Amino acid sequence: MSDSAAGIIRRYGFLILLWVALATLPWWIGRVGGYSALGSKILVYGLATMGLNILFGFTGGLSFGQAAYFGIGAYGAGMTLKYLAPSTPLAILIGTLAGGLAAAILGPLVMRRRGIYFAMITIAIGQLFYFVAVRWDNVTGGEDGLAGFERQPIHLGHFTVPLDQTRFYFLVLLCFTLAVILMRGLLQSPLGHTWVAIRENRRRMEFLGVRTDLYVWASFAIAGLITGLAGTLNALLFNFTSPQDLHWILSGDFVMMIVLGGMRNFWGPLVGTAIFVVAQDYLSSITNNWMSFIGLIFIVIVLAFPKGLLGMVERRARPA
Amino acid sequence: MGNRLTRREVIKAGIGAGALALGGPAILAYGRGEQPIKIGDIDPLTGNYAAEGESQTRGAKMAVAEWNAKGGVLGRELELVIEDNASNAGISAQKAHKLIDQDKVAMIVGTVSSASALSITQVTHQAGMIFMVSGGHTDPVTGSQCHWSTFRICTTTYMLAAGLAGTLFKKFGGKWYFLTPDYAFGHTLQSSYESILKKLGGTNLGYSLSPLGTSDFSSYLIKAASTHPDVLVNLTDGQDRINSLKQAAQFGLFKKFAIGGGLSELEVLRALPEEARTGWATMEWWWDQPNTPHVKEWVEAYRKAYPDGSYPSARTWFGYAAIHAIALGVARAKSIDAVKVARALEGMELPPQVKLQPHRVYFRAGDHQLMSSEFPGEAIPKGTYPNLFQVSQIIAGDEVALPVSETGCKLDYPA
Amino acid sequence: MELLFFNAFNGLLQGVFYALMALGLALILSLSSVINMAHGGFLVIGAYLAFTLTPYLGFWGALVVGPLLAAGIGLAVEQTMIRRLYKRADPLYSLLLTFGLALIIQDLARTIWGAQGLPAAVPSALDQPLSTTFFFITGYRVVILAITAAVAIGLYLFLRFSLIGIRIRAGTRDLESVAALGVNIYKLRALNFGMGCFFAGLAGVLASGILGLTPPMGDSLLMPSFVAVIVGGVGSLGGAVLGGLLIGVAAGITTTYYPAASEAVIYFIMLVVLVIRPRGLMGKESIFE
Repeated sequence: MSDSAAGIIRRYGFLILLWVALATLPWWIGRVGGYSALGSKILVYGLATMGLNILFGFTGGLSFGQAAYFGIGAYGAGMTLKYLAPSTPLAILIGTLAGGLAAAILGPLVMRRRGIYFAMITIAIGQLFYFVAVRWDNVTGGEDGLAGFERQPIHLGHFTVPLDQTRFYFLVLLCFTLAVILMRGLLQSPLGHTWVAIRENRRRMEFLGVRTDLYVWASFAIAGLITGLAGTLNALLFNFTSPQDLHWILSGDFVMMIVLGGMRNFWGPLVGTAIFVVAQDYLSSITNNWMSFIGLIFIVIVLAFPKGLLGMVERRARPA
Repeated sequence: MGNRLTRREVIKAGIGAGALALGGPAILAYGRGEQPIKIGDIDPLTGNYAAEGESQTRGAKMAVAEWNAKGGVLGRELELVIEDNASNAGISAQKAHKLIDQDKVAMIVGTVSSASALSITQVTHQAGMIFMVSGGHTDPVTGSQCHWSTFRICTTTYMLAAGLAGTLFKKFGGKWYFLTPDYAFGHTLQSSYESILKKLGGTNLGYSLSPLGTSDFSSYLIKAASTHPDVLVNLTDGQDRINSLKQAAQFGLFKKFAIGGGLSELEVLRALPEEARTGWATMEWWWDQPNTPHVKEWVEAYRKAYPDGSYPSARTWFGYAAIHAIALGVARAKSIDAVKVARALEGMELPPQVKLQPHRVYFRAGDHQLMSSEFPGEAIPKGTYPNLFQVSQIIAGDEVALPVSETGCKLDYPA
Repeated sequence: MELLFFNAFNGLLQGVFYALMALGLALILSLSSVINMAHGGFLVIGAYLAFTLTPYLGFWGALVVGPLLAAGIGLAVEQTMIRRLYKRADPLYSLLLTFGLALIIQDLARTIWGAQGLPAAVPSALDQPLSTTFFFITGYRVVILAITAAVAIGLYLFLRFSLIGIRIRAGTRDLESVAALGVNIYKLRALNFGMGCFFAGLAGVLASGILGLTPPMGDSLLMPSFVAVIVGGVGSLGGAVLGGLLIGVAAGITTTYYPAASEAVIYFIMLVVLVIRPRGLMGKESIFE
């Protein structure tokens, strides 16, 4: 547990660099060939994958249906703005709670299974939600997606904050920061350590008398809550959502982003997401064969960097 | 064997030529010291709608080349920035942001799928930027979700229905069963047909909703056949249409009743085997118009630019007309300011070399919908590409469009 | 009532495709613990190669050679990429690698043959309905049924009576012991993977007669095939076939009453199976429960 001085600097240096970069993003992103909506998308998807990783990397639950809660959050926010009230904070709240609630209710179905069965059951749930989104088209807009809503300026007492691109980015950053604090706190608490222990050897934990089912349920619900929050922000970013935000292919992309960055690492998912989103954005503008390049990235990562990029960087095995 | 290699080489050449076409104007412009007018084009180049998307971008590139040969618009070259949306509405919105914030385009054209059209229009509306929808058909784009900054080239589903329904009724009878793809395009197309059927006094035998992407239509065809219709009105499009018509042919249903209706496209006909290539449907543009001036020249120009044996389809024309419309609008407004261009586009008529069809083709002021014609006709079974369709008549767009008051569109110009 | 019967029977024919795909998936999964997300890609490879070869070999020649080429490519993939993953305990990696492979295959198909849908040629003798009441039973669909049955029976006999087949069956129970007994399990797994891809390629050639050819054509068959494997029971080949037929019939019946739900019902069945009896209809109880 003893850190060398160099290790400490390396540790906190990364964090400092990260937060400074995130705080000043709107000003430097244009210079490196990006745009602030891209930065927002990285944060939004990064939030989704970090939430998923609580379940995936830290508890060992191979969820391939996480996009379901992302989509539920997105539709929750969109429908709130479209049908309920023109209030952005309300939209975020309802969307996030919807995602968390759905995960909490479905948790008992999922919590007892493991391995491929866990994966397939999450996929089944995801596709059923996809079906509802497509079929219930008077409400959700069906295949064409939910349009006709826009994120509203936020009213804080005397002054109003209009949510243009830059200001919205900071709203996303705010939500991201709060969620990160929550996740960090959870993972460093006894609850978090129990999750890791369950990941390492679930049978043994059961022999010790731990109700592993309930812990997996909790992990599942919290992952759903955070991914739901990410979904609401995504809907607000584009003022649009569609059933593709619920599809298992998006779930697969989330998993890939986590593996790319390193699933045993707290920040791994964010790093992986940044690389994936930027690569997809950049490659699809310069070549029609960008799908092959993305596929190639998958293959190279799996074969050569299975621990992900941050996994390679980290020399010592640290739990959380 | 030879065919495949040639095609691959041609695709490579096409990509190279396309890259050159993209870079060329920019290089020229910087050489002259003028900033080009950038136009963003968001189309599916991969995924489910890649064939249609490719046709649309080809048309757009042709139009850009034509304008730049004449010296551009307002003395500035046009530069086309193409982005692939992978047939995904979410990526469409992302690319729209990219084009606006990073590439700093002046306006945006494109899309094939309705969902993409809707997602982009949300972005462009918020940014106050003109969006010329090339090929996304869903009615709300110039209806309940219309915006002052959004215009559309391809026709509405009501226009599609109104252009053909009467012919189907007269030729085959009034007992209709509908095969409808389960999304907004299908729903609105069906209700358009249904309202016309009612007016004509026909019988509505019912409908089957097929989820988008259905590969096996057997059950829907079984149900349809059991109602003994005069016409099975097939409203599917794209790959769904190909599958449903193929299977209908395999089941020998073409001998039992007429199958037709809905939107047909050259890309679809090309993918159908002979026995499935029958029936009446509507095209939104057709390459073989012996009596219309300029069409033959344009087809030749296309074949010269893309010597891979293909002919231009309605989609190619959409892309072509979209760019021309924007350029003409800018020229008319003498500015690239969005509101001025929007006002200039209202009521603007497309010149003969652009509209490539008879009748007056203009943007309706009330909903920004282009009044382009419908080309109902019959597929030619024994035909060889590209002679796969026989146009029976060309109907003027404003004769079959819903009046503006019934579209639900209320334009929201900024104060 | 008639309609229900029609749809159930028709669902059975659709289920045959699921069964064929599921068989290949189950084969690969049972022996090598590889979750092959590129199965749809091998379907595409089989279909497109057969299409290209049909002018030279005719329909029946291409029907045999197409899947064999798909198997060959599968073999090459296994040797170069998949084999390195055997040492890893987590099937996640094979899943992600094959997921990436699927993207590449679809993109290559689009680049080489174009995005435009291509019509596949079926001998016109087969392309007719066999009766006027049961018009949806075309000669071609009967041929599909016959070929699948033949191939499934062939596989059963192969696994039952041939030496390699016995070794494969033993390997699905306990691969370590088989290796310890001196069998070259590398060759075994390679051959097995190739066989699985053969089934996918065959499904592709057969499907192209009904659907035509497009680069994304494998996508819609992939997930239902996984569902079939789960419903039938992981580790059971007979279960995979049964699962495929079952969900095909279920989808067909659902189409009678509520067509929009026909795909959703497949996932619903999988959900029910996973909650109540994860081992599926014919699977063995495992530690994963």
